[in-house]
Amino acid sequence: MNPTSSFLLLVRRGLRQHLLASLLAALLVALATGGFVTVWNVRREAQRAFTGSVGEFDAVLGARGSPLQLVLAALFHLEAPPGLVDAAEVGRLRAHPAVASAYPLAMGDNYQGWRVVGAPAELLGATEWLPGRRPQLASGGRLFAEDRAEAVIGNHAARRLGVKLGDRIHPSHGLDHAEEADHEESFEIVGVLEPTGTPLDRVIWIPLEELQHLAGHGPHAAESVSAILVKLRPEARALGFQLDREYNRSGQRYTFAWPVAAVLTGLFERFLWFDRVLALGAAVAGGMAALCVLVALHGSMQARRRDWAILRALGAPRGMLLRAVLGEAAAIGAGGAVLGVIVHLGLGALIAGAVQAQTGVLLELPRWDWTLVCAPAAMVALCALAGLWPAWRACATPVAANLAPVS
Amino acid sequence: MHSPTSAAIVVRDLRKTYRSARGVEAAAARPTIAIDEFTLAAGEQLALCGESGCGKSTFLHLVAGILAPDAGTVLVAGEAMAPAGERARDRLRARAIGQVFQTFNLLRGFTCLENLLLPMRFAGSVDEWRARELLVQTGVGDCGRRFPGELSVGQQQRVAIARALVTRPALVLADEPTANLDARHAALALSLLHDACAEHGAALLLVSHDERALAGFPAVRDFAELNRPFAEACAR
Repeated sequence: MNPTSSFLLLVRRGLRQHLLASLLAALLVALATGGFVTVWNVRREAQRAFTGSVGEFDAVLGARGSPLQLVLAALFHLEAPPGLVDAAEVGRLRAHPAVASAYPLAMGDNYQGWRVVGAPAELLGATEWLPGRRPQLASGGRLFAEDRAEAVIGNHAARRLGVKLGDRIHPSHGLDHAEEADHEESFEIVGVLEPTGTPLDRVIWIPLEELQHLAGHGPHAAESVSAILVKLRPEARALGFQLDREYNRSGQRYTFAWPVAAVLTGLFERFLWFDRVLALGAAVAGGMAALCVLVALHGSMQARRRDWAILRALGAPRGMLLRAVLGEAAAIGAGGAVLGVIVHLGLGALIAGAVQAQTGVLLELPRWDWTLVCAPAAMVALCALAGLWPAWRACATPVAANLAPVS
Repeated sequence: MHSPTSAAIVVRDLRKTYRSARGVEAAAARPTIAIDEFTLAAGEQLALCGESGCGKSTFLHLVAGILAPDAGTVLVAGEAMAPAGERARDRLRARAIGQVFQTFNLLRGFTCLENLLLPMRFAGSVDEWRARELLVQTGVGDCGRRFPGELSVGQQQRVAIARALVTRPALVLADEPTANLDARHAALALSLLHDACAEHGAALLLVSHDERALAGFPAVRDFAELNRPFAEACAR
């Protein structure tokens, strides 16, 4: 038995004497640690993933309205587009010296609740939606032809709908499914995208003109689009100001949501209060966990005074008792913190799955972050701090008085 | 390591006055120790008897360094227990003294073997083989992995005696070791303590108020004769 093993023995046996209270305290530590690490990492990863899921696009042009609504509608397919844009704007934008490419989108249809978006095939074939990665088609598939009733479906939508190559789908009018709104035309699935971890996975893509000319769409549909995705020339990004001034300040008809990353930051700033509430909740839970450690140790003190007196009588220095009780507090903290990281792994995976199911955006959770070390370490330190008072009481136990027989 | 030739205990001009929690002297209410001279030779065995409250346990605590005296000198195996700082007293107690208590005072959350290994750790040298061997010698060889609460009273007393000897102490202090035992177990425990200390070369200082239990002990002395204030109080 070396000094370390005797220290560990004292800690282990000490914990047994207040096992239930220690387990409860460790559980609170786990919830506090797991909660804090999860809140922190989900926010960070969500911001990274959402900002990284906008492909190469710097801006979105749409009808006058909220830039955030426009970005969420055109790039994340979460909102309704604010209105229509004259199709001629596509040509105007493409001719602008600052613009590298512009892709029109026509939205407003669905297939069993999954969005059907009209777009040029090039949007899928030539655009990097994640840095360095273009969408790939699953084996046997191809992009739709611009002049045929064909469709390419995102991987997640295909799996959920049970749709495969060669199947035909009937889009419905509107963003929510209603059988009476089904269009007469049907589209053959000619391609299924490999998973991209972006909103592409949740969308059914058909040729822009085919969507514009669906029976039931008014005559104005052929001359308008819902939004235009814009990629600026890398060397001319500053010219985005020109377009911003032209559309947002001088014009009244359109909104030029630029830069997309700044618009998304606004989205996350909206949820900042929620982050703060959750972080505050985690901090309160951490404080309560530390308090629980204090109560667990303090509650067992009366019963353990004799043991401490015996240990002292056997020659244990006060410092050893101090360290042992602090060790118990730290062990509760460490056990809870490890459990907290496991809670985080589980919660992170659950949240990532839910976010992907709702938005198509893939959150890489769990993901390495310093909070995975710092938060558990802080909890261990906090618990050890909470153990200071009981530890002091332990080492100050009067020996002679506590060795006497209890009458 | 203690010297085998030094006296196990040398006490000179030992004084201890109890104070109340507020620091007010309450000598009349609590026993006060005033021992001018006391010696226990290496390997010697002595029982101190006296009625309850005469200061026997306090004297043992002073010898063990659990309490610090107000004045005087206590040498254990040739080393100063008093005057000495607390750390030095802890080290000397762990190294040179084994203790048997009235209620055994085994650590109930630790196995019997761990009860023996911990004092060895505090003394700075752990020899698990010796601990197991002592359990065998005291007749509880099969109890190493059991907890004290699972043992009979007699077995607990044997483990307590094994624990007192496990660090090869120069001195064993026994405070009313038979108080909780019936006559048969008391005689057995005293015999075991006596024999074990003799076998291991440890001096034994035992205090008890039960003169009947000490009948067979080789040397018995009245503590009241040793402790001057108590003797004076009794005379008044």
